[in-house]
Amino acid sequence: MNSGSCSSLMEVGYDHHHHGHEELHVLAVDDNLIDRKLVEKLLKISSCKVTTAENAIRALEYLGLGDQNQHIDALTNNNLKVNLIITDYCMPGMTGFELLKKVKQESSNLKEVPVVIMSSENIPTRINKCLASGAQMFMQKPLKLSDVEKLKCHLMKCRS
Amino acid sequence: MNNVVAQLQRQFHDYLVSLYQQGFLDNQFSELRKLQDDGTPDFVAEVVSLFFEDCSKLINTMSRSLERPENVDFKQVDSGVHQLKGSSSSVGARRVKNVCISFKECCDVQNREGCIRCLQQVDYEYKMLKTKLQDLFNLEQQILQAGGTIPQVDIN
Repeated sequence: MNSGSCSSLMEVGYDHHHHGHEELHVLAVDDNLIDRKLVEKLLKISSCKVTTAENAIRALEYLGLGDQNQHIDALTNNNLKVNLIITDYCMPGMTGFELLKKVKQESSNLKEVPVVIMSSENIPTRINKCLASGAQMFMQKPLKLSDVEKLKCHLMKCRS
Repeated sequence: MNNVVAQLQRQFHDYLVSLYQQGFLDNQFSELRKLQDDGTPDFVAEVVSLFFEDCSKLINTMSRSLERPENVDFKQVDSGVHQLKGSSSSVGARRVKNVCISFKECCDVQNREGCIRCLQQVDYEYKMLKTKLQDLFNLEQQILQAGGTIPQVDIN
């Protein structure tokens, strides 16, 4: 995988509705506080705007898919627009895999948002299951700076 | 003045290398250090501080779950070990992480005695690491106060 610097690619508008420099807005979901801090820092260093959620339910609420059925179209609200969801696999309650499926089953534009799954365990069947259900990428924990750089390159290539 | 800084930097370097060599820390800690910048000079100290708080809390809850032999909540213990293993792995706390691996095995077979031993070991290891890192951060502060910069430390 090409792990060269992708910072120049950030100049390209990520979303055709916006012009010029556009920060990637990432929603990072993890029940572990330390992992949330780490992923947030990694993403911020990589010039992303970050919103964190401590579980899948909170994440869904943020995306406008909460229990109250408030189908706020999160994508039309500039502040909320999420370009990427990165989620831990193993979480109490709803897993990252279940969150992935909920996002991909959406009828709105939300289903186009790339979802990346992270896990501390390297289980091929788990990885394949996630990719088969539409996950953009699977990332092994613990995360390093080079992982986020690879992620951005991968996302940029997919958009072009 | 320069001599003082150079000496402190040497001390810092040697101490950090020894922590890696003795297996207290692994490569992930150096990855964490890479994330620290001028804008967030306390990033590593903050994250490890959260980690140690987390250790303390999790150890307490797991201890309560293991207390009564006739009524051990292994599910709760497993959840605690999972959290601890994840956090220790993410900050590079190698010894703590390794104890968690054994701890999980004891939990999987519902070995209460084994779990208690592992719990005691985890408690020992995190407190040991906390002391070591405190010494490291103190050295950092001394370097900065003497007008020096924190050395990059490469580990193989």
